[in-house]
Amino acid sequence: MFAYYFELALRSLKRSRGLTLLMVLAIGFGVAASMTTYSVFRAVSGDPIPWKSSKLFVPQIDMWGPTGRSPDGEPPNAMDYADAMALMRAHRATYQSALYRISPSVVPADASKHPINVGGHAVYSEFFPMVDMPFKYGNGWTAEDDTQRSAVVVISGKLNDKLFGGENSIGRTINIEGKDYRVVGVTGDWNPQPRYYDISNTGGFNSGSEDVFIPFQRAIAVSMPNDGNTNCNEVPAEPGFVGLQHSSCVWMSFLVQLDDAAAVQAYRQFLDGYAKDQQLAGRFGWAPNNRLRDIPAWLDNQHVVPSDTKVSLLVALGLLVVCLVNTAGLLLAKFLRRSSEIGVRRALGARRSEIYAQFLTEAGMVGAAGGVLGLLLTGVGVASVGWVLPRDIASLARLDLSLLAITLAVAIVATVLAGLYPTFRASRVQPAWQLKSN
Amino acid sequence: MLKMTHLSKVYRTEVVETYALRDFNIDVKEGEFVAVTGPSGSGKTTFLTIAGLLETFTGGTYHLDGIEVSQLDDNARSKIRNEKIGFIFQAFNLIPDLNVFDNVEVPLRYRGMKAPERKQRIMDALERVGLASRAKHYPAELSGGQQQRVAIARALAGSPRLLLADEPTGNLDTQMARGVMELLEEIHREGATIVMVTHDPELAARAQRNVHIIDGQVVDLAEDPRFHAHVVEARQGKVAAE
Repeated sequence: MFAYYFELALRSLKRSRGLTLLMVLAIGFGVAASMTTYSVFRAVSGDPIPWKSSKLFVPQIDMWGPTGRSPDGEPPNAMDYADAMALMRAHRATYQSALYRISPSVVPADASKHPINVGGHAVYSEFFPMVDMPFKYGNGWTAEDDTQRSAVVVISGKLNDKLFGGENSIGRTINIEGKDYRVVGVTGDWNPQPRYYDISNTGGFNSGSEDVFIPFQRAIAVSMPNDGNTNCNEVPAEPGFVGLQHSSCVWMSFLVQLDDAAAVQAYRQFLDGYAKDQQLAGRFGWAPNNRLRDIPAWLDNQHVVPSDTKVSLLVALGLLVVCLVNTAGLLLAKFLRRSSEIGVRRALGARRSEIYAQFLTEAGMVGAAGGVLGLLLTGVGVASVGWVLPRDIASLARLDLSLLAITLAVAIVATVLAGLYPTFRASRVQPAWQLKSN
Repeated sequence: MLKMTHLSKVYRTEVVETYALRDFNIDVKEGEFVAVTGPSGSGKTTFLTIAGLLETFTGGTYHLDGIEVSQLDDNARSKIRNEKIGFIFQAFNLIPDLNVFDNVEVPLRYRGMKAPERKQRIMDALERVGLASRAKHYPAELSGGQQQRVAIARALAGSPRLLLADEPTGNLDTQMARGVMELLEEIHREGATIVMVTHDPELAARAQRNVHIIDGQVVDLAEDPRFHAHVVEARQGKVAAE
């Protein structure tokens, strides 16, 4: 019967082309606006490492006390050097890494070429298995390299293309800030958004790529400056990079992997024990006020999804609802204009469910046509979303297969929903009255 | 075939109750051609819509082809309409979007019949009413008489047990009306049971039996002397012509 309903719907839609066009336009524009903003929202609110985000945790230590807390009692969202090093030394998690953002210059071997400014992070060797870093060549460095402060580097595939023409560069050296570093790993395609491992320094989203990773202790030893945020509750006693390390200024992120609930519980106790020790030692004049959140909770706590993205999505969904209400009105007018046809069909033996099927098929076809138009407009919308949203955010929006499928499904389902009431009314047409009135 | 006993139909509003049919009794045997007559507003069409299961009734019983229909749900009523009843309406009620073939096909579609059988039945029915050559025409391209023939073909295609006709010639000129009436008589001679509502004494006279309704009740035709006289006159004319 579906083929029959399809054929009937096609005839009906062809007969009132103007009305059909209006409905398709309403659905197309409504769906496109929603899907464009949804594509941005999806990109910024997605789980960047869904297979293990519940095992990765960000610890926070209240090293500033009541005066440094946010109004809701939250301790700073980054760590100072002393606490980060204490947590690293304690080594209580499966994996852990303190990290800070760097932006060194890479000097090409070919002296005629200009130095390249690259972005990256100083991390510990455990960072790579912790974030499941994909490698094109080689691997991360060893724990020994951490302690030895080895001059080793992991570079991105993009930088490897630039410096070595994409060849396997393991064992070769690159010059970073005037010193040679041996390449031990070349990363594969890795660009998690948001950058969950360093929210405090990236704000969550960053269109810049992660070109270099060098051992944390090596970066400290060569005084490679922090390229991220530094927040202090008091002026450091000593100047310069060494002064920063001795201060209570917060400037680094910290990430740990805890594999089960028991490990999480143990780590919480460890953090509290550590804070208590600091209290006993006279460094903290307050009770422990630590936090330990997994990645989804951390992203939520840090309000990583920009509020304007949420507002845009709500406005667009509102527009879709308005379009659907209009479509429902048009469908109602269209269906009830055919009351006499419905009456005849009922008289000739159509069950109510068959009237439902016929008219919902028609609504579904309007939805499908609106969906196709919506797809085209969503393509245009995604390409031009940079006009209304910040570039870093806008660049995340992608028109991929799943978005295409969602767009089409939303258009059809929404239109069928909009068609439910008109169809209900159509199915309630009393054949006796229709036929009597003729 | 069609038996209503003490049947009533009441339309209720907050303040009044209006009886469209009251203590209504009728018994139509298989193969009969019955004309239901009566003045405007007497309840003829209400009777027909109840007979055709297009409307429910308030009291009494109604047996159609041996089935007591008052307890049937909407689906069962639809099924009976589809399989046992053929409708012929005054306004033809063809679907303007569909051509002649597709209009005749409508009840067969709801019966879930396979395409080859549908096609065979449609073409047979159109042959029967002399419109096989117009299968691809749309209703708007046909005369009133031809449209009513298509409606009759649609009613016949499903081989119903009962044909219900509501003023089948009401919208036609005399010549077309005669053609349609002759067709109905022919169908009746082939064994169909027909119940036709009309207020035209000449048409009523061509039926085997007349049932006269006044104020929602079946009455003796003699209680409506003017109508009775017309019918008698028409019958005499018919006999003379034969």
